[in-house]
Amino acid sequence: MSVKQSRKARALNWADDRFGGAGILRTAMNKVFPDHWSFMLGEIALYSFVILLISGTYLSFFFVPSMTEIVYNGSYVPLKGVKMTEAYASTLDISFDVRGGLLMRQIHHWAALFFLIAMTVHMLRIFFTGAFRRPREVNWVIGSLLLILGIVEGFAGYGLPDDLLSGTGLRITEGIMLAIPVVGSWVSSLVFGGEFPGTEFIPRLYIVHVLLIPGIMLALIAVHVLLVAFHKHTQFPGPGRTEKNVVGYPLMPVYMAKAGGFFFIVFGVTVFMAAIATINPVWMFGPYVPNAVGAGSQPDWYMGFLDGSTRIMPAIEFTLINYTLSLNLLIPTLVLPGIMFTLLIFYPWIEAWATGDKREHHLLDRPRNAPTRTALGVMALTFYGILWISGGNDIIAVAFGLSINAITWTLRFGLFILPAIAFVITKRICLALQRRDRDKLLHGRETGQILRLPHGEFIEIHAPISEKEKAKILSKVDIEPLALPPATDRDGVAVPQSFRKRLQAKVSHFYFGDNVPKPSAAEIEAAEHHLQEIAENVEAPSH
Amino acid sequence: MTKEITLRKLRGHKHAHLVVITFSLLFVAIIWTALSTQMQTAKAAVSTETSVQFGKSLFAEGCSSCHGLQGEGTTDGPSLIGVGAAAVDFQVSSGRMPMATQGIQAMRKDPVYSEEEIAALAAYVATFGPGPAIPTDEQIDYTGADIGLGGELFRVNCAQCHNFAGQGGALTEGKYAPNIDLATPRQIYEAMITGPQNMPVFSEESLTPDEKRAIIAYIMALREVPNAGGLDLGRYGPVTEGLFAWTFGLGILIALAIWIGIKAK
Repeated sequence: MSVKQSRKARALNWADDRFGGAGILRTAMNKVFPDHWSFMLGEIALYSFVILLISGTYLSFFFVPSMTEIVYNGSYVPLKGVKMTEAYASTLDISFDVRGGLLMRQIHHWAALFFLIAMTVHMLRIFFTGAFRRPREVNWVIGSLLLILGIVEGFAGYGLPDDLLSGTGLRITEGIMLAIPVVGSWVSSLVFGGEFPGTEFIPRLYIVHVLLIPGIMLALIAVHVLLVAFHKHTQFPGPGRTEKNVVGYPLMPVYMAKAGGFFFIVFGVTVFMAAIATINPVWMFGPYVPNAVGAGSQPDWYMGFLDGSTRIMPAIEFTLINYTLSLNLLIPTLVLPGIMFTLLIFYPWIEAWATGDKREHHLLDRPRNAPTRTALGVMALTFYGILWISGGNDIIAVAFGLSINAITWTLRFGLFILPAIAFVITKRICLALQRRDRDKLLHGRETGQILRLPHGEFIEIHAPISEKEKAKILSKVDIEPLALPPATDRDGVAVPQSFRKRLQAKVSHFYFGDNVPKPSAAEIEAAEHHLQEIAENVEAPSH
Repeated sequence: MTKEITLRKLRGHKHAHLVVITFSLLFVAIIWTALSTQMQTAKAAVSTETSVQFGKSLFAEGCSSCHGLQGEGTTDGPSLIGVGAAAVDFQVSSGRMPMATQGIQAMRKDPVYSEEEIAALAAYVATFGPGPAIPTDEQIDYTGADIGLGGELFRVNCAQCHNFAGQGGALTEGKYAPNIDLATPRQIYEAMITGPQNMPVFSEESLTPDEKRAIIAYIMALREVPNAGGLDLGRYGPVTEGLFAWTFGLGILIALAIWIGIKAK
């Protein structure tokens, strides 16, 4: 035993002498990670990415990225003798003639859906808890870029098999390119190597899908994860948790075991899904031919919001000095996502400017304690959700026996009305929860025990809340809205008002104007005293 | 001393009403069954007679209120002059006619009329004017038809409304292309030659009889081929896949993430 250990130690010393790194490893192994289920969402995304790399590698052994036409003669009878590209035929072969091929394809596709779902939900967690604030703004940007790249990467994969559905998606992509003012036709010719669909696009898309985007994503993921380690993980407020510490488990061995185990869980669930449910049945769609299309042609869910924006956009198109301006595609598929992703990427700075809060934050916000941010988030989600529903308007019409026109008009109005309503409701709920927290601190929690006093009055007994809950509530940071700059100077002379300062003060008021301040230390002390008195009183009459 | 049981006493018993209701229901049921069998035998007897005459009486009874006594059409239903026997056979055998209620579109349901009655109705309506006849068994015999060609024709001509797997799709203003899972080869052929409701007519020039049979062969092959890969999720495409991933998949993953968190404590 001792010999074995010393041999291991000798090997490690040998490695340390030549490569160094013992110090870094020690720091890394002693890193502490806090524990919360929502901190695992990013890990689901990471693990899905690994699953995508593994399953994608297997698929690349058999997929032929070529648009050369051949006649299919594989095992799937309904397509026998049909002319198709090698890309599509090899996808059919993977599905029906390669051992484990269909399972791998389905693992790859479900993992892709999970990857984007996990990234989205992870991003929502970061947003609603304020984890994007200083010093993590850059990591937020990297995360946003990963999400955008993930969407593009997923769509590229959806386009590769050259079945009728993916071809329809590419046809719409071509339409979007053509809608770019002035240069649209040239962009499309450049990308497709001439007239759509041409013979060049699938091989090009293949390299984008298996090399270019995954390479960039891998680099960004590495930086993303390293920055998490460098900044240390954020944590939810609780007893003993401050801006200066991290309460949790060390990386080795507890967190490593948990994270490693969770990888196998995610892999297992993905394989389970792939084993029980068909995804992207390309053999049902048939090969892509430009003159065919299927009802209910939708993209995968992460592109659904763009499909939806296109579906509810009124048809506006006109000619301007020899150039056709297709606003019906330009606005919903280029302008709108441009605005949405710009707002997403720059949100940390927008909020920091509006609030004037430039401090470092390692303790997370409870969503209720940032009511305006939470309300803005729910507003954005509602907007996104309506676009998403719009993307499935025909499926909804058929499934529920409704008129597709009625659905479309409802969603057109809903897109502008419902987010506003969602904002107001969310903000009101957050403020109500803040009042409830304040109430809990000052009056304790309701016990549900009713007491009848000697003079006949009924009262409910309130009990002090636990230390843990108290610490959670007290973690709230009250931020005063920025004051308007003075209108006049000392001598009563009007000061030329800076528009920016005034706007900032207005926005700051919008963010924090109706904050419910947490009680002062003196108020809490008085309240505790009062609670004690009640407790004594409650005992007194029982004698 | 035994109590004398009289009808008067029984009538006052607390469960008397239950007994009375049960017997009344039984009585009505027996009478109804007897009468309806009588009616059916009557119908069967008539159908062996001149089927056009029988069809005329059925038409007057079940169709004329909307389509007019001579099939000339009213504000509630279109003219049937020249629609042909094929249209009647399609609409009535698929249960679309008679409609349950006036609506945007007639839905498929269990047929109301028997096979003989449908034949009689078709024969009668065919006398209004020349129109497509009911396809014969040879016409719809798709054995040996080119399934691959049928698939190509299906994707170009049918899938844009009926979806890639014939699951149906939305049209404007609440109209829809129906799911064709239950359509028989004869009904599919009839639909192509008569163009029911919002469907276009596929004439002999646009789709030859051989091509029509190829399409039928493809639709039948789709039903016979087992669904590869597991649950078919309705064959609606990515919408239901996304829904399944968001609800079922993410649900399991979050539950397990929470479970791991609990285990650590």
